[in-house]
Amino acid sequence: MPPVELLLLLLLLATVVVVARLKDLFAAAMLTGIASLLAAGLFVLMDAVDVAFTEAAVGAGISTVLLLGALSLTSRREKQERTRVVPLLIVAATGAALIYGTWDMPAYGDPDAVIHHHLAPDLIAQTEEKIHIPNIVTAILASFRGYDTLGEVVVIFTAGVGVALLLGGLTRRRQGQHGEGDP
Amino acid sequence: MRRSRVREMPILRVIARALVPLILLFGLYVQFHGDFGPGGGFQAGVIFAAGLIVYALIFGREALQRVMPTILTERLMAAGVLLYGAVGVAAMFLGGEFLNYSALDPLTTGHYGQHLGIIVIELGVGIAVAATMMRVYYGFVNSRLASENGWAAGEGDAP
Repeated sequence: MPPVELLLLLLLLATVVVVARLKDLFAAAMLTGIASLLAAGLFVLMDAVDVAFTEAAVGAGISTVLLLGALSLTSRREKQERTRVVPLLIVAATGAALIYGTWDMPAYGDPDAVIHHHLAPDLIAQTEEKIHIPNIVTAILASFRGYDTLGEVVVIFTAGVGVALLLGGLTRRRQGQHGEGDP
Repeated sequence: MRRSRVREMPILRVIARALVPLILLFGLYVQFHGDFGPGGGFQAGVIFAAGLIVYALIFGREALQRVMPTILTERLMAAGVLLYGAVGVAAMFLGGEFLNYSALDPLTTGHYGQHLGIIVIELGVGIAVAATMMRVYYGFVNSRLASENGWAAGEGDAP
């Protein structure tokens, strides 16, 4: 493994271990942002710039802010709890199963991998022919998979409505004219 | 340890004043350059909302809510989704299938229709995502619990 990726992976590992062990939730929220930034760096090294961009914007940017917002509704310190063995075992077993699963995956960058022969050549050719925009990721998400993306936007909208209803309710018309959110 | 109010820290205020316009401009760049470089409506909406929320963290949420009242975010959430759906319906009226952008431009082979459709639906995605993120943030800072220890609302003590 190239040294830069190894360094990022080790930093990521150290960050998540610290997050799991910290009792100060403010510091933990900040460190999850750093973990996202390190993950974004890894994605850039793997040439997945669109994914890296999303990870940096969502993970390091907005979700840190939203975690801090959630913290303002609760206490800043986690309650002291003794380490429980059964959850730890379940997590370790799940992690081991996931790592076992990666053994069957094609090697990184393998040109013979199934995914490079099934749909991708078609989509790459059709982007050039039918859509004529340089970013194939955008062409797939916005045009070939337009239904999916519409569904995703509806999911985000629904999540927003759900959070609004949980935390105080949607704005009623008369209050909205004064810009007040909560009665 | 002495605690100072976030809103009175001059370094944070000066840096935020310089950074927030750049963040918003970058959000717009990501929005409208999404078919050429990495990015698109989702990332742009998140970046734009993050810029506005940084402003609220430093200058107080009242200052932000004068520009972007809660009810406006709720309407924009719906408007973004409807804009996306409207492109699909418009394509149907112009003789294509739902969300077939090529039908938006019946005169040529469809490239311009595809470009137009992608730009408009990405705008819908961006509006819906930015408004949802703002609304979720407002949901946290406007709630009654937050006012008790609500530094995240830009009105309390720095942690």
